[in-house]
Amino acid sequence: MSDTTIEPPQTVEPQSAPSHDGGHGHSDAGHQSTTGISNTKLAMWLFLGSECLLFGGLISTYMLYRNRQGDAIGPDQLWDIPFTSATSFVLLMSSLTMVLAVSAAKRKEERNTRLWLTVTALLGGLFLAGQVYEFTVFYREGLGYTTSLFSSSFYTLTGFHGVHVAVGIIMLMSLVGMLAKGRIVSDKAETVEMVGLYWHFVDVVWIVIFTLVYLIPA
Amino acid sequence: MSTDIHPTDTHPTDTVTHDEHETHAAHEVSDKQYILIALFLAVLTAMEVAVTEISGVPEALLIPSLLIMMAIKFFVVVSYFMHLKHDAAIFKFGFYIGLGGAVVLYAAMLATFHFFIG
Repeated sequence: MSDTTIEPPQTVEPQSAPSHDGGHGHSDAGHQSTTGISNTKLAMWLFLGSECLLFGGLISTYMLYRNRQGDAIGPDQLWDIPFTSATSFVLLMSSLTMVLAVSAAKRKEERNTRLWLTVTALLGGLFLAGQVYEFTVFYREGLGYTTSLFSSSFYTLTGFHGVHVAVGIIMLMSLVGMLAKGRIVSDKAETVEMVGLYWHFVDVVWIVIFTLVYLIPA
Repeated sequence: MSTDIHPTDTHPTDTVTHDEHETHAAHEVSDKQYILIALFLAVLTAMEVAVTEISGVPEALLIPSLLIMMAIKFFVVVSYFMHLKHDAAIFKFGFYIGLGGAVVLYAAMLATFHFFIG
């Protein structure tokens, strides 16, 4: 029998552990995981990957039915490219303000983080207002949801995207409120980054929709 | 970077994650660079609209140019604003599997309907 004493294995404290999360140096209470990367971030990227499939299906359906309007009003008579370009620009700039919010959160500048998050939500609201206005104009011109296969697929695709923007705005405003009240006890920068990933995803989906739906001629 | 290392808390993944931290720190994008990237995206959007509005551009040229500009915008946002370019490979895998699946789904649907309709 050996008299060598075996040191008990070092245990890792779940919350006070250092930043080993692969979440890039902004951890206040790093998330330990067997992979060494943030589980939250991994889950968000997998969720966004699955969202690609959702929008892939909706975009495919639209592309199939874009010329199936029969005698009803079609895309060429409806699109107002300058207006949609302006709303697209607004959404693109909201991605900039979102990334500035993430950047401020990493520097632990909470006031600037809340400011940029609020600006992002306002820009998102402006985009959504533009979409509601556009839908109202189309409806008045005779394009109802069940008018044609084109109209159904168009409203479903852009409507789903609009719902995603609305959910993003709710997430942004909730985050601003929670930051103001100090309700976020875990890694604040990572929380802002997660909302940011969702918001940027909404933007990249619009980049695809804008080109395929509005710019490429039917 | 090394201040948060606990010498006794050795874990197989620790070295990897600290490397990732250092890699990310080396690729940290400043606010000014983010603004420049946004300007580049705005210019690309303006170019997309301009190409569409110019009359007489043949469709064989118009559609590929629009698709290329769309793809550039897409990957710039994903790579820089979403930080996927310098992030862990597993995140890229998770996202691009979904994206690849969406493209395959799109191609399969279009092909299927093309064969059925003729």
